[in-house]
Amino acid sequence: MKLLSTRGGALVAAAIIGSLGLSACGNATDDATSGSSGSGSASAATKLSITFLPKNLGNPYFDTSDAGGKKAVEEFGGTYAEVGPQTGSPDAQVQYINTAAQQRTSGLVVSANDPKAICDALNEARKAGTKVVTFDSDTDPTCRDLFVNQATSEGIAKVQTDLVTKAIGDTGEIAILSASANATNQNAWIDLIKKDLAANHPNVKLVDVVYGNDDDQTSFDKTAALLQSHPNLKGIISPTTVGIAAAARYLSTSDKKGKVYLTGLGTPNQMKEFVKDGTVKEFALWNPGDLGYLAAFAAKALADGTITGKEGDKFTAGSLGDYTVGADSVVLLGDPFVFNAENIDQFNF
Amino acid sequence: MTPTDTTTHEEAAPEVLLHPSRMPRGRRWLTTLLRSRELSILLVLLLVIAVATIKTPSFLFSSNSWRDLLLTPSILILLAVGQAVVIITRNVDLSVGSVLGLTAYLTGRLFIDHPSLPIVAVVLIGVLAGAALGLVNGLLVGFGRVPALVITLGTLYIYRGIVLTWAGSDRINASDLPRDFLALGTKQVLGFPVLFLVALAVLVAVGYHLHTARSGRELYAIGSDPDAAVLYGLRVRRRLIAAFVLSGALAGLAGVVYTARYGTVSSDAGSGIELQAVAAVVVGGVAIFGGSGTVWGAALGAVLLVTINRALPIVGIPDFWQQALVGVLILSAIVLDRVLSVRRARQLIESRDDA
Amino acid sequence: MSRTYADYTHPWWRRLVVSREAVMLALLVALVVWAVGNIVFFGTTLTMTYLLLDTAPVLLIALPMTMVIITGEIDLSVASVVGLSSVLLGDLTRSGLPIALAAVIALLAGLACGALNGYLVAYVGLPSLAVTIGTLALFRGLAVGLLGTTAVTDFPKGWTSLATSQVGSTGVPLITVPFLVLAGAFALLLHFSSFGRGVYDIGLSKEAALFSGVDVRRTVLVLFLLTGVVSAFAGVYFTLRFGSARGDNATGLELQVVAAVLLGGVSIFGGRGRLLGVVLGVLLIGTISSALRLQGVTVNVINIIIGALLIASVMSTSVLAWLPGLTRRKSPGTSPHKTPSGVGS
Repeated sequence: MKLLSTRGGALVAAAIIGSLGLSACGNATDDATSGSSGSGSASAATKLSITFLPKNLGNPYFDTSDAGGKKAVEEFGGTYAEVGPQTGSPDAQVQYINTAAQQRTSGLVVSANDPKAICDALNEARKAGTKVVTFDSDTDPTCRDLFVNQATSEGIAKVQTDLVTKAIGDTGEIAILSASANATNQNAWIDLIKKDLAANHPNVKLVDVVYGNDDDQTSFDKTAALLQSHPNLKGIISPTTVGIAAAARYLSTSDKKGKVYLTGLGTPNQMKEFVKDGTVKEFALWNPGDLGYLAAFAAKALADGTITGKEGDKFTAGSLGDYTVGADSVVLLGDPFVFNAENIDQFNF
Repeated sequence: MTPTDTTTHEEAAPEVLLHPSRMPRGRRWLTTLLRSRELSILLVLLLVIAVATIKTPSFLFSSNSWRDLLLTPSILILLAVGQAVVIITRNVDLSVGSVLGLTAYLTGRLFIDHPSLPIVAVVLIGVLAGAALGLVNGLLVGFGRVPALVITLGTLYIYRGIVLTWAGSDRINASDLPRDFLALGTKQVLGFPVLFLVALAVLVAVGYHLHTARSGRELYAIGSDPDAAVLYGLRVRRRLIAAFVLSGALAGLAGVVYTARYGTVSSDAGSGIELQAVAAVVVGGVAIFGGSGTVWGAALGAVLLVTINRALPIVGIPDFWQQALVGVLILSAIVLDRVLSVRRARQLIESRDDA
Repeated sequence: MSRTYADYTHPWWRRLVVSREAVMLALLVALVVWAVGNIVFFGTTLTMTYLLLDTAPVLLIALPMTMVIITGEIDLSVASVVGLSSVLLGDLTRSGLPIALAAVIALLAGLACGALNGYLVAYVGLPSLAVTIGTLALFRGLAVGLLGTTAVTDFPKGWTSLATSQVGSTGVPLITVPFLVLAGAFALLLHFSSFGRGVYDIGLSKEAALFSGVDVRRTVLVLFLLTGVVSAFAGVYFTLRFGSARGDNATGLELQVVAAVLLGGVSIFGGRGRLLGVVLGVLLIGTISSALRLQGVTVNVINIIIGALLIASVMSTSVLAWLPGLTRRKSPGTSPHKTPSGVGS
């Protein structure tokens, strides 16, 4: 290899290092003047900023939960923000956590796409002074301060298994249409459903678990594929509001309507027409708005120092009342609720 | 082997290349058909369907499956036809996915905000919006002297950004759309889904135009040798702009069809479908370098890709592997194209030397 | 780089100041200064850290991609190689292999991917656009097929923190070191060696390069090998940084890389462009994204800006090349035009 005469190679190196150095230079001076590198108590004197980071945006379930959170934040006089990725992949949330850390947010309320992947980012944020509350879908307990669960995982799994086995006569093939393959809550529920089936419903066979990724079109297509590959399918459980809505929409125009029993976790507004036209008989959920409301108050309690997140701590969540922190720093909202044709009109979310 | 000996099929091959008008018409049509790429794709398609149906008869024979087999590829067929026209001119249009997303969301928004508009009007607006977006592409490529790859890469970003900003995290739900429009998604006429018939009509119209009309055939000339086309006096710029407008319009129509079929539109509708369209076109026999191929092949390629996706789980391969299979198909198609064209060139040179 | 006689008619300082790289550097500096002053929380070390962590894969892959585009080819499969190497790293680690060995295997896989691309483009003579669209699907398909839709997130703590840790207390992430080493090596290769000159020659005219003794096929093959292995390295980094190996990691990254390379002044027709411009291009896009994100502006608007920048920068090269033709008579040394077409090869 022959070397040509030098032609500003030094300039190349100098420029790269120069531009890096320049930003570092600017940062160093600002760092000294930007005040304490934030512990939670520093922000308690000023307004609390709470940021909601759901699994993905554009999901009606999270729209409701985050609206509940917003209501809570406005009640206790903080500033509210909602950010999130378009798709629910594990690494997509990291950038938003990083931004929250940079902005010295007081409290971050997150529903995790994966139990481990965002841990590093969350711990970095906690080091910078942000309190981390998980809700709906947990992470590894070492990366968050508190987890607000809608109900016990066992309760959620059981109600769906009960609904489907009752409807198909406790015998036959069923399948599960889940969200994304890594979601902590989904996998927890699917495991419990499998255990419940093995222990209490030996004649009901789980033939397939497919993933709709909380994307409407994918869930729609996956339902179609399920019905095509398993002609003897009698029931589908979809423990995700996006999945059950898409599956219901597909079923209601197919010739399997009424023959394949669909249940799972759905929002009343999305499922109303399908309950009315007979595609779905019953499904379950809790009130996501209350969940978001509770999570926001939990974040506030952590951020202003009322609690530290250990078992036995007590705090007040506005109009919902008093809550006590349980084992593993988990707070429970309540029990799941079953919706059907009789009661569905009473709800609006 | 002399060029004029037409007794065996082997020798009929160079004959139809060299002296097509010497052959009897019927013979020529038959030979062209049998040698065509389109036929081989059709055969592969039938093979795939046959294998899947043997495994699970309900793949083909239940009324739903038949409907789905024709309905699901409709969107990709529309995109593939538009893409084929652009690729024939030696360009590429990567922005069709974003155009689809934009027009799908526009369609939903029109129904929600202006419920009094008739469906036909909304469809028309969607197509025109797509055409306008395609026009931007065409003007930039035609006047900017920049490869279409770069321009459509930029517009891919820009149009997708526009949808995302406009829609935010809103999504159009099926319950927001009028019943009649959604019914189009599943309605059948004479056993064929309406949306499929729409795609078929477009395919026939574009295919006929490309084959018979002068402006259609000039596209092939432009793709084969752009410099020669300019020297020959063809209005290259006008044809290019028209090709991009068509691609955009068809993407717009595909967006409307998407809304009718799925009922729910979120801001990432159509993400990534542009590469599927290019894949369908390449598999369908349109050379990436332009100048050859037909929209029929592109449409068949689209149907093949979608059907493989459906058939894989039935044969026992998890549908995760579909994309790998598509990749192998594309590479095989390109290599095959190259091998065939080299062989053809050699045959032509040999016969020229012999003559 | 190809220089025409006209380029030498201006004094060296004028060539420097008016050069594209200088303009971009000035833009970058101005942007940083403005952002530090006007955007809350921008002027912290954390910002620079996150910026470099986020743009590292694009920075890495843009280096060999620059050379590929200078020869007039393109490699759209880089993001899929990132995904594949990520999946291999995760899958092999999960089945018990020591992570160092898994990383080496991932790099070798990247090399193999590059070899496939290079062979088909250089030796079989297929157009690189079509080939890399095919391999984009193939490699991504292999990645997704191997892991399905699950992600492997169990990586040894030491390795994941290596990916995010910093040099001392400066806040500069550790990944910058290998990047600078690679950047230096590539700069030497491209601007200071006969191999690099061959790269430019191929871009200007393959036939002429062939006749002047450049081994065109081997050069192109080597370039694709480089994109393959560097993409695999970026994949390893990506996986460790996010702690998550998934089949669809880094989807769409290839467009970001191409956009940054073109923004950096490399001509899509081949034959022109410098590494410095590309690095500045990546940093510019990254800084804009970072600043906007801190302002609360959504990613979508950022995408619009990137798209517009891309088109504007490429058209500006065309427009600037076309303008002198209006004012001056054509001299024998001016650069040749290529007619509007797809990526020629």
